[in-house]
Amino acid sequence: MTALPDPPPTRRLGLVIDLDTCVGCQACVVACKEWNGGGHPAPLSDLDPYGARASGTWLNRVHGFEVGEGAAGRTVYFPRSCLHCENAACVTVCPTGASFKRAEDGIVLVDADKCIGCGLCAWACPYGARELDRPTGVMKKCTLCVDRIHDPRLPEAEREPACVATCPARARHFGDLADPTSAVSRLVAERGGVDLLPELGYRPTNKYLPPRPGWRLAETGAALADAPAEGGFLGWLDRLLGG
Amino acid sequence: MHPAPSILLFTTLSGAGYGLLAVWSLAGLAGIVPATPMAGALGLGPALVLVTAGLLASTFHLGRPERAWRAVGQWRTSWLSREGLAALATYPPALLLAGLWVLGGRAAAPPALLAAVGAATTVACTGQIYATLKPIPRWHQPLTTPVYLALALAAGAQLALLLAALLGPVPAPLGGLVLLTLPLAWGLKLLWWRAGDGADPIASADAAIGLPGRGPVRLVEPPHTASNYLLDEMGYRVARRHAAKLRRLALLFGLALPWGLAAVGLALGGALLVVAALVGTLGLALGLAIERWLFFAEARHTVTLWYGEPAV
Repeated sequence: MTALPDPPPTRRLGLVIDLDTCVGCQACVVACKEWNGGGHPAPLSDLDPYGARASGTWLNRVHGFEVGEGAAGRTVYFPRSCLHCENAACVTVCPTGASFKRAEDGIVLVDADKCIGCGLCAWACPYGARELDRPTGVMKKCTLCVDRIHDPRLPEAEREPACVATCPARARHFGDLADPTSAVSRLVAERGGVDLLPELGYRPTNKYLPPRPGWRLAETGAALADAPAEGGFLGWLDRLLGG
Repeated sequence: MHPAPSILLFTTLSGAGYGLLAVWSLAGLAGIVPATPMAGALGLGPALVLVTAGLLASTFHLGRPERAWRAVGQWRTSWLSREGLAALATYPPALLLAGLWVLGGRAAAPPALLAAVGAATTVACTGQIYATLKPIPRWHQPLTTPVYLALALAAGAQLALLLAALLGPVPAPLGGLVLLTLPLAWGLKLLWWRAGDGADPIASADAAIGLPGRGPVRLVEPPHTASNYLLDEMGYRVARRHAAKLRRLALLFGLALPWGLAAVGLALGGALLVVAALVGTLGLALGLAIERWLFFAEARHTVTLWYGEPAV
């Protein structure tokens, strides 16, 4: 059913991504492909995988940006995946009912057996979270590792999405964003977590934590200036060389 | 947006077919075209062929065409589903009308009205699919659906003129309809182009990564070296350089040529009108093909913000 759940889900499982600590190592991208290439959304096909124009279906991408100029500038690595929106237009445009939002936890999924591969949901998503898997002709998207986070056979500590489990910089956090007392909700409140493009009205679940105001080259620049002239042998050498 | 040939064929062929179906059904009902078997076959035959060819072409756009039947299930929320249902629902009255007209020699009112309403509803649903897509600002504007309806009506009127000219002297209302709907449709299209060109961006790259107002944002490390589905489908940007020239060509072939030929042909009548309407129809087909190609090629999607576009 491609109507959104009514009433809205009481749990809103999602990710909180820290743009301060993400180092752009792409480990989450690879871990996602590895887990999901064999899991719920399998296969995630590759086209020309060993050629010069290798491409394929991936559910998570990391883009590297420069933000700001001069001393205020910094590098920001931006991981992009499905935000599991409350107001998910990708679900309501689906003509077949293949695209749906789960009433119990708000996760947005695609039923690969019903998808006709029309691509309308990918057009309707402003965040580019959906990719058509061309060899199989059906739409693929982040499942929040639904076949992992709810699996009672896994130790409780491992019941989190593959991207979160693998992140070496602890830049990715998983939890219930509808619960104000959850660790992720507290993190969002503490660090001023934001929605992406909130004015478009999709009400994304995932939040992004902006970089902390921090280290500036201009403030610490003194450390990189020439050392003052010394006495002794080095001072003599310095003077000899005309320093 | 990538102008997929299957979607261009679907929207232009089916649009013209539904336009012709509506015009011919109502013209038959009003007695403007005769209720003879010949007139029924000559008008409704091409209409149903165009509609069906367009609908079949649309299935080539699907990743899994064998599942196309599933697309009618979600009419409560999906305009694509409503379009499919409206397209299917238009067949029974259209076929009944054609049967009664061709075999019985009469254009019956209930199926004629239902076929015309079904045709208009289907084209309106097509327009709504595009008009409701917020991430593509050029499409997400109030005139998108009226433009689809008006262009389908103008194409239907032009085809009706050609087919009526084959039957004999063209009734004045059909000639008038062409001379009226062509400028109306392309006038709306001009307004639609203007609105899209003048619109403010709906989002910028700094807001797309959650860091608005922190200075310029430059993509320095794209997430992948080759292309992918998102860039092929939504990052398409070949035609924009030529957009202004292509728009003028669309107006020349789609408006000036068929309108001028219809005016001259209607004044002269006879075999010359057939030739004028035929050349005008071919011109309109070319104009619509260019217009529909630009509809996709000029449209930008917000996903390009993460791939180096500063604002969409």
